[in-house]
Amino acid sequence: MAGLDGVTRIFVPGDMAARSLGADAVAEAIAAEIGPDIRLTRNGTRGMIFLEPLVEMERDGIRHAYGPVEPHEVASLLADPESHPKALGPVDEIDWMRLQTRLTFARCGVIDPLDFAEYEAHGGLKGLRNALASGRQAILDEVTASGLRGRGGAGFPTGIKWTTVARAEAPWKYIVANADEGDSGTFADRIVMEGDPFTLIEGMAIAGLATGATQGYVYLRSEYPDAIRVMEAAVAIARENGVLGPDILGSGEAFDMEIRVGAGAYVCGEETSLLNSLEGKRGVVRAKPPLPALEGFMGRPTVVNNVVSLATVPCILAEGGKTYAAHGIGKSLGTIPLQIAGNVRFGGLFEIAFGMTLGEIVDKIGGGTASGRPVRAVQVGGPLGAYFPRALFDTPFGYEDFSSKSGLIGHAGIVVFDDSVDMGEMARFAMEFCAIESCGKCTPCRIGAVRGVETIDRIRAGDAAAKELLTDLCDTMTAGSLCALGGFTPYPVMSALRHFPEDFQPASQREAAE
Amino acid sequence: MTTPTGSEVAEAVAQIAAMHAGREGPLLPILQDVQARFGHIPEASMQPIAEALNIGRAEVHGVVSFYHDFHTEPRGRHVVRVCRSEACQARGGRAVEEGVREALGLDWNETTADGRVTLEPVYCLGLCASGPNATIDDRPAGRLDADRIAGLVAELR
Repeated sequence: MAGLDGVTRIFVPGDMAARSLGADAVAEAIAAEIGPDIRLTRNGTRGMIFLEPLVEMERDGIRHAYGPVEPHEVASLLADPESHPKALGPVDEIDWMRLQTRLTFARCGVIDPLDFAEYEAHGGLKGLRNALASGRQAILDEVTASGLRGRGGAGFPTGIKWTTVARAEAPWKYIVANADEGDSGTFADRIVMEGDPFTLIEGMAIAGLATGATQGYVYLRSEYPDAIRVMEAAVAIARENGVLGPDILGSGEAFDMEIRVGAGAYVCGEETSLLNSLEGKRGVVRAKPPLPALEGFMGRPTVVNNVVSLATVPCILAEGGKTYAAHGIGKSLGTIPLQIAGNVRFGGLFEIAFGMTLGEIVDKIGGGTASGRPVRAVQVGGPLGAYFPRALFDTPFGYEDFSSKSGLIGHAGIVVFDDSVDMGEMARFAMEFCAIESCGKCTPCRIGAVRGVETIDRIRAGDAAAKELLTDLCDTMTAGSLCALGGFTPYPVMSALRHFPEDFQPASQREAAE
Repeated sequence: MTTPTGSEVAEAVAQIAAMHAGREGPLLPILQDVQARFGHIPEASMQPIAEALNIGRAEVHGVVSFYHDFHTEPRGRHVVRVCRSEACQARGGRAVEEGVREALGLDWNETTADGRVTLEPVYCLGLCASGPNATIDDRPAGRLDADRIAGLVAELR
């Protein structure tokens, strides 16, 4: 076939988002056409979900991109790739790729996720080898110097958490990766676990070396079946290659880990209910203190870190904490994998230094709405994050910058809504979701969320006085809940009420205003 | 699937519990295996599980009832899960929700009378840049509208 002359390798993502858009059929059609001299790889996604299924063909070491490819286009694509209407040029030269600073996601979409040799050839294990050579205190120093903070949303400094666990005296300690990525609009954990699973394993092993923990768990949500399969396979391969086990890379140090699957409870993304769930109990929140760092899994010192935090550690140990800290703004150092989602033209994962404004992210990177209508609201940080109107689009992306605007960055999910959104309905949904997912321990969350739905209904039926009641209820939930579910549900509710009060008027008045 | 007898259930639980012996906090993995074996968590499995782990039957029941994934009644041959979260709503998810409920004649967490399909809500599949999304058994489907989801569920037998 003349069209494939010089092509050595073809990539079709096996990522779940690509699969949801037909990547399996595309890969099957390609496999049926090509000869044995071309290697077909199911890679992770590059993060350009708007181009999925994104096919790449490698020729002379350069990977040319085509997308989004539909199964019926495969024949014409393979016959004449260069002049195909879906040709996008070399993948590294696409603006979306060029504008990023990919540190945590450097290998994602590039390598075969389960090819250990390719992982190593692309810089894998460098961080772990440095960690083994430098010793416990030096690892803690590097992670502290990097300024890395919890990427799950709380933003707690990782170096301080690790130091607390390292200093705790106990016969056993644990590293737990929180892979219960339940926030709507987030998928960074999923993408890295499916696309570059050894990075997470390496990061957990380094965390073990730094703290003296010898056992790790990945608590992975059941809604991610592909990530579960890839991570389980990767753990077995890492063990065969001596990255896990009683003698890590011949160092005499021990660390091993296991994948545990969640059971569909959103609240288990909260670290203490996650630990209860991991112990085989109801996923009910625990009061803090004691901190999990001192009394965590099975009452023993435990590091609970988000997947992205742990997956960033190998790069910090490979390149140095100061190099990582050179990116970012203020106390938000390094890079953040933005997940641009919802009604957006160019949606996907975009890793960049902290500091880009929300407006740049939504309008420049995201390209505005998919529907072509004006952007009206953006929810940042998942179902517990605030809704931002255009008036706040100058907010730089950073932990403190968002909290100063009564919001949060959470796990860096950004959900875009066009002007057809009903913000009163979104506020109601936030309360409804809280009621469904509440673990039931705190009264303000368990009962407050139900009353919240009713109170929003009253406001929208014309009872303007109920706004004060809703505000008071939100204050009680914020002050009286143990965890972020009850404590942060007021963020979306109150931000909707504050910035979009017209959507809380009775339907008759809203129609009259239009 | 015919209803398993109490002794069949007890035997399966014994095998499954033995597989997980020595693991820390094995209750969730055991329940997941029991559900994979029988399609649901049979009432008759709770006492043997409790005995295998030396905990109370009430504790097993409490865990089963806490998590959305565990079911004490058989479900349909196919399970359709439709995302109801914000990112899918922003892309027209409400119309997909209504479309699938109408196509199947079901409300959330109901099963067709012939045992063909169970309809469940799900709160985020992590495919949020290309919604509205659903899974049909283990197969993900994105960029849905009311007609496409109706077509997909009509194919299920």
